Amino acid sequence: MKARVHVTLKNGVLDPQGKAIGHSLNRLGFPEVGDVRQGKYIELEIAETDATKAKARLDEMCRKLLANTVIENYSIEIVGEQAGQ
Amino acid sequence: MKAAVLVFPGSNREGDVAQALELITGRRPAMVWHGDGDFEKTDLIVVPGGFSYGDYLRCGAMAAQSPVMAEVKRRAAQGVPVLGICNGFQIVTEAGLLPGVLMRNAHLKFVCSDVHLKVETSQSLFTNRYQAGQVIRVPVAHAEGNYFADADTLKALEDRGQIAFRYCAPDGTVDGPLGKQANPNGSINNIAGIFNETKTVLGLMPHPENAVEPMFGGTDGIGLFEGIVEALS
Amino acid sequence: MTAAGNKSPVKLPNEPEITPQIVAEHGLAPDEYQRVLDIMGRPPTMVELGIFSAMWSEHCSYKSSKVWLKKLPTRAPWVIQGPGENAGVIDIGDGQAAIFKMESHNHPSYIEPYQGAATGVGGIMRDVFTMGARPVANLNALRFGDPAHPKTRHLVSGVVAGIGGYGNCMGIPTVGGETNFHAAYNGNILVNAMTVGVARTDRIFYAAAAGIGNPLVYVGSKTGRDGIHGATMSSTEFNEDSESKRPTVQVGDPFVEKLLLEACLELMATDAIVAIQDMGAAGLTSSAFEMAAKGGLGVIVELDKVPMRETGMNPYELMLSESQERMLIVLKPGREDLARRIFEKWELDFAVIGHLTNTERMVLSWHGDIVGDIPIPPLVTEAPMYERPWTLTPLPAEIEASAVPAPTDLKASLLTLMGCPDLASKAWIWKQYDHLIMGNTAIRPQDGDAALVRVPGGHKGLAMTSDCTPRYVQAHPETGGRQAVAEAWRNITATGARPLAVTDNMNFGNPTKPEIMGQFAGAIMGMVEACTALDFPVVSGNVSLYNETEGRPILPTPTIGAVGVIDDIAKAVGSRLTKAGCALVLIGDTRGWLGQSLYLREICGREEGAPPPVDLAVERRNGDFVRGEIAGGRIAACHDLSDGGLLVGVAEMCLAGGTGALVTLPANIGAPHAFLYGEDQGRYVAATDDGQAFLAAAAAAGVPAILLGYAGGQALVVEGHLTLPLDELRAVHEAWLPTYMNSAT
Repeated sequence: MKARVHVTLKNGVLDPQGKAIGHSLNRLGFPEVGDVRQGKYIELEIAETDATKAKARLDEMCRKLLANTVIENYSIEIVGEQAGQ
Repeated sequence: MKAAVLVFPGSNREGDVAQALELITGRRPAMVWHGDGDFEKTDLIVVPGGFSYGDYLRCGAMAAQSPVMAEVKRRAAQGVPVLGICNGFQIVTEAGLLPGVLMRNAHLKFVCSDVHLKVETSQSLFTNRYQAGQVIRVPVAHAEGNYFADADTLKALEDRGQIAFRYCAPDGTVDGPLGKQANPNGSINNIAGIFNETKTVLGLMPHPENAVEPMFGGTDGIGLFEGIVEALS
Repeated sequence: MTAAGNKSPVKLPNEPEITPQIVAEHGLAPDEYQRVLDIMGRPPTMVELGIFSAMWSEHCSYKSSKVWLKKLPTRAPWVIQGPGENAGVIDIGDGQAAIFKMESHNHPSYIEPYQGAATGVGGIMRDVFTMGARPVANLNALRFGDPAHPKTRHLVSGVVAGIGGYGNCMGIPTVGGETNFHAAYNGNILVNAMTVGVARTDRIFYAAAAGIGNPLVYVGSKTGRDGIHGATMSSTEFNEDSESKRPTVQVGDPFVEKLLLEACLELMATDAIVAIQDMGAAGLTSSAFEMAAKGGLGVIVELDKVPMRETGMNPYELMLSESQERMLIVLKPGREDLARRIFEKWELDFAVIGHLTNTERMVLSWHGDIVGDIPIPPLVTEAPMYERPWTLTPLPAEIEASAVPAPTDLKASLLTLMGCPDLASKAWIWKQYDHLIMGNTAIRPQDGDAALVRVPGGHKGLAMTSDCTPRYVQAHPETGGRQAVAEAWRNITATGARPLAVTDNMNFGNPTKPEIMGQFAGAIMGMVEACTALDFPVVSGNVSLYNETEGRPILPTPTIGAVGVIDDIAKAVGSRLTKAGCALVLIGDTRGWLGQSLYLREICGREEGAPPPVDLAVERRNGDFVRGEIAGGRIAACHDLSDGGLLVGVAEMCLAGGTGALVTLPANIGAPHAFLYGEDQGRYVAATDDGQAFLAAAAAAGVPAILLGYAGGQALVVEGHLTLPLDELRAVHEAWLPTYMNSAT
């Protein structure tokens, strides 16, 4: 199955890239854009059919490597094989 | 003194630190490949600068999970000194040997420049050749050197005297607009380098190994290596 | 497997018929396609057509420029390898060689500045380490459009980040270069990247294949659909829909290239390699072709064995992909396992994809079928070569100093010049480049005329620079070509190093226009004269033509990269004025030449007149004298005078070293502004402990020299004319670029 992991900066952690993106959008004629936070999107193919088991493994992957929990939050989404298309 | 310098795929300042160690100690360090979880016993372990694993995902994150780092953690727990420079600092924080994290520079750009550092304490095996309060000039070269830790961690670091170096103006000023101007990456409290609680692990963003010869960046980095040699022999 | 002879290859499913439109899309003129038919004796398959198209593109064949490039001097006793290989090789003594080249990545950098510039840097480093050298330094010559043009800021930002992103990750210091701005580059920027490496003279690797039956090995990254037709793209003019060509721009992976560098050097330390060639423009096509052609052999490539990144790739795509970080190697028989172990240790792909034959044909197979079969020699000998019509640019009228108004306020004029885009500090750029890694950088950017890098493991230093003054070349190409070479030679001399050889990067407009071809011809004529007179051979180079947008050409820009050596790096000097009390001596004659000067452009708003003439005998005499004085330890700091003239030169020395200067204008100099801002050639300012002894030595050598004044204080003072505190000067000099880059569009 396929999994999607989103890694975002925790609230309160300064995000200079997000800030720069926001400034640029404002400059490009999008004054409605306020706060911008950016993060990472990771797509993984997992050889596992049990979604609960997969989720537990993914949680471990996030804690061990994909996110640094000092500054980052993560969320995991399991997508069916067909839904991945 | 016998030193080991770790080499990860993408390390690129391992040669610089090996050259500095050889120049100062007269002895070429052992170069240890990242897959080698059982390298020879040494008095010092250096985690060098570079772009381990391309700095992909997060700087130092993948190197921190390598077999060699598991062994480094074991030896650090036994008190073997560990020096993490630049990417090495990122790796040892990712590996949990030091608290906090190195984030993207506040101005978002890579910065290579000489900086001034205020030595916060001479009471460590890494800084015993310097005076507390002394200002030294060494280069930085990084895109992710913006040290961050949560308020509690930061307070603990400050209270226990775990700050090793801070960015400062040439006259030593750390605070105010001069201090802010001297900070090359937005690092919290102008932190350039920190110790662990026992001061046997030092992580720093600047490159003392590139300041050991008068014609090639000055000599202010020599003290760090001489101090280590003195403490360990 | 045997060669297929001249049988027609099989056609692949869905393979289109070759129509005149397909031929035109491949950039082949009708007469060129007729040559293809004559060589093949039948219509080519798509992959064959793609190969002809790539190999006969301007980029790979130099068809418009070859007749002129042949005129350049390429030999000297210290030249080990001249043009024609991946890079030039010169002997620097002690069994060591310097290997270097400059190459353009102009069009890709305009379309996608970060990746275009990054892959340009990656490509030039591969050219150098392919030959067995560890790169020790990078330089970049950048030309951007008018700062006021809406795209310029974005291009500067992307190009600089791309160069840094690649070079920093590779761990090779970026130590020098130049950056100019001019409206003529608005739609067509120039990114010229240069790499210098060091190898042992007995361990240099070449592309010529040898040994029938020897395995052909592919290493590095997998092949994807990147940059298909990049080589043809960079050989045509830009137009409105260039933007839609975006997918052909390659993406670089400096991490993989770092691994490739280490793996190649590790393999090169064994005796397993017969020949090696990087896959650059036109990818597998040009690398396989050049290896076989240079060795006088044939080659069979089994395309289905090429490591692929994407599914459904076909032979055409595999042969023309410009995926980065790949190399082709011919191994000695039986060394495959040794080589495979090294590349697998570095986590890189390794595949035997064919072998050498004696047929002088390139045969392509695909799952057992022959899909392409091209005779190699005629593709080289019958390649189109054009003697395009050319018209030389006439020498413009000289502008007398008396016809150029003096500034109303000398201080204001100096501040304007020091803060103008071409002269303002480029620290915002070079601080984004790791210029200190490897611990060998002795002269940093802005601290000298050339960068100076210690040769690892000894006391020698390599001085390196890149130079061109496009406005001079535009005004009079012969003079401009001569000046670019002379300035590079002078910049190396000013550090105390001996100038040894040149790499040229010829950036011009559309060569089918006689006036553009005339610019090319004129620049070459000037370069030939200067390289000959200064014993400064050209050992490598690159040509980039069709640098035009909507019919508007760039300024002709023959960028000169140069390398010199100093045997004892401790004797080298930079341009930093650090010692108060030193005498400042002006070496060389000053007529006050204001034609084409920055003063004329920035203060008077005129780009006019003849550029300053270059007397090569005088250059040589003055330069040899300066180098001798540096070797004798009688010069503490030295700076050549170029853009902006004397006063700008002295100001730069003051800023670099943080020491002021007191200049007293000599009598009988004519108009002070012409003396201070004229761009007469062949001049240096030197700081020396004993001014009188220095003047006597100059007189004895027949070199004109005058005492200008002394170093000291914290201001630049021209007695009776100007007092400028260094802080004020520095603020203006350093403010322009960061302010520009941080301001809103």
